[in-house]
Amino acid sequence: MEFPHKHILGIDHLSAADISLILDTAANFKEINTRDIKKVPTLRGKTIINLFFEASTRTRTSFEIAGKRLSADTINISASASSVVKGETLEDTAMNLEAMHPDIIVMRHGASGAPHYLAKRLPNSSIINAGDGAHEHPSQALLDMMTIREHKGKLAGLKVAIIGDITHSRVVRSNLIGLTRMGAEVRVAGPGTMLPPGIERLGAKVCTGMEQALEGADVVMMLRIQLERQGKTLLPSLREYAKYFGLNPVNLKLASPDALVMHPGPMNRGVEISSFVADGPQSVILEQVENGVAVRMALLYLVGGASADETAHK
Amino acid sequence: MKTLIKGGRIIDPAQGLDAISDLLIENGKVAAIGSALDAQGAALIDARGLIVAPGFVDIHVHLRDPGYEYKEDIVSGTRAASRGGFTSVACMPNSNPVNDNKSVTLYIRRKAREEGFANVYPVGSITKGLKGETLSEMGDLKEAGCIGFSDDGRPVASAELMRRALEYARTFEMPIISHAEELSLVGEGVMNEGFVATELGLKGIPWVAEDAATARDIMLAEFTGGRLHVAHVSTAGSVELIRRAKARGVRVTAEAAPHHFTLTDEAVRGYNTNAKMNPPLRSAADVEAVRKGLADGTLDAIATDHAPHHLDEKNVEFNIALNGIVGLETALPLCLRLVEEGVLSLSRAIELLSLGPCKALSIPRGSLAVGEVGDVVLFDPAAEWKLDAQKLLSKSKNTPFDGWTLKGAVKKTLLAGKVVFED
Repeated sequence: MEFPHKHILGIDHLSAADISLILDTAANFKEINTRDIKKVPTLRGKTIINLFFEASTRTRTSFEIAGKRLSADTINISASASSVVKGETLEDTAMNLEAMHPDIIVMRHGASGAPHYLAKRLPNSSIINAGDGAHEHPSQALLDMMTIREHKGKLAGLKVAIIGDITHSRVVRSNLIGLTRMGAEVRVAGPGTMLPPGIERLGAKVCTGMEQALEGADVVMMLRIQLERQGKTLLPSLREYAKYFGLNPVNLKLASPDALVMHPGPMNRGVEISSFVADGPQSVILEQVENGVAVRMALLYLVGGASADETAHK
Repeated sequence: MKTLIKGGRIIDPAQGLDAISDLLIENGKVAAIGSALDAQGAALIDARGLIVAPGFVDIHVHLRDPGYEYKEDIVSGTRAASRGGFTSVACMPNSNPVNDNKSVTLYIRRKAREEGFANVYPVGSITKGLKGETLSEMGDLKEAGCIGFSDDGRPVASAELMRRALEYARTFEMPIISHAEELSLVGEGVMNEGFVATELGLKGIPWVAEDAATARDIMLAEFTGGRLHVAHVSTAGSVELIRRAKARGVRVTAEAAPHHFTLTDEAVRGYNTNAKMNPPLRSAADVEAVRKGLADGTLDAIATDHAPHHLDEKNVEFNIALNGIVGLETALPLCLRLVEEGVLSLSRAIELLSLGPCKALSIPRGSLAVGEVGDVVLFDPAAEWKLDAQKLLSKSKNTPFDGWTLKGAVKKTLLAGKVVFED
């Protein structure tokens, strides 16, 4: 099957078949990351620009490693070091980069819709969204789905609880759309100040409290609480947040005994997740990071112009 | 000088007139309506098949002059107005410098008189520099020609200052035009709060931000006895608040913009910056309520909130794009959609575009009665045309209606009997 997309702007435009193909491709690539020589020539001669307008350690490193292991030339640009500080518009920045003929631009931007904006204006490059505002973070959702699938053998029929700041999280939107498209049940819970209107129309089951969301869940996904970003009016204190929406060994017992514990990172230990749980036997948090590289290799490969048949021969 | 407009269907809500008849304008004023008029030596305008109505009056326009002439100026803005059938516009004070003093008001009026294609009625600012701190010199501004006061775009945050504005303006029998928004509830919102904002990951502006401010200003008007005009009403709640206030005799009038009775927040999908305005496009229920308000008299006027912006200010990420769209050249066909859908009678639509706004802000226009100024629009309600934004007469092309097929075209616009626009 040919991958039908030039860009990866969000999970929203991927079908269940697209998602399965990406996850299968990633599974094939995963093994490369444990070899002695962690490099294949697949994208040799391709140029990838990682254009990051927001701070990121995990995602940027992951995309960079993914590109390098496929032998692409990867260049990293962060906003503070770029002409953005000189007042250049996003369009001009992108047009100038495009003039240097990159093949893929991986972009993170604080404005929702920024990668969509670029995709409309750049005729040649493929755009991969590495997180746009509070909108989507497709590679995160894909690595989450890959991790879940590895452990559970499937996505359909699973009960996934996502807990935290649902309003401001791009991880939630991408996971919610992707998981429900793959047949999972997604429950969301968070304080009333962090539940956006209409989220149920995206397929979420909105729970009144964390306990209800955890009840019998196969997967528990905790979100980072970001007080610095969301302002001071949403929560009285981190202490109270931890009390009602933090995952700990006690409330984790409400979930299925073999429930997976996940977190997109970076974690606030002792706030949304206790160290006992984060480092406990049910945690797959570092596997998420590991799978992140494989998923991003798959994305670069699929939009980089190769067909899926070649993956099969790897 | 005489002009005879012959054979048109004259609709003038001010006189309750709807008849096929002739209209004679002499020396800039309506001289007679009827048939077999003595029109010797008059210039003839064949109006058969056309509606002849009082020139439209848009009481909410940003002409951007002085200061932002790269977006629009008094000449281009009034030319766009004349093409839309508007013979009078009220321009908002958020120019640079702000229209908070007599010299700016006089500049606007002089330029409009000498170079413009429509009457321009300046709106002065409520507070100096739109800063929300001290009142503008309202008496002086009125003398210079302002017809009301507004800090449009920047709501007066202090309730006490709004109280004083209503009280002080009452001294001069002048209306205060409220941009009703409770800023602390708007926060960093960039579109209507609701499902679409949730899906797009954009920060929302809840309806309660508008309703809370509308309620406050109505109460202050009631308390002070001042005259309040609520600009660009976009929510069901605000319509209802105004309806109830009118019923108990509060001196309040209100307007709505064509985009708020035509589009919902669904138009934002695709991060369309030409669907970004303030107040934002709302839900279907809000659109329905605004339409109802226009029909039942709760809302007095249709005003476009014509807000020209340069392409560079719209061709950016959604959250940093400037608010507003141009509206003068699309208002009539959008209003006629309401007529076609049975929401408004044709006469009511014309009233909302002429007599209604004139009454709201005490503008001496909006009627074709004998003796009134001969500001007239002739339009073909059935003519279909496709909007090409690049062909707008406004300097700016920021419209969400680009490519729409619109029904209803202005054929001629007359300002005091003189043709200023001709299709």
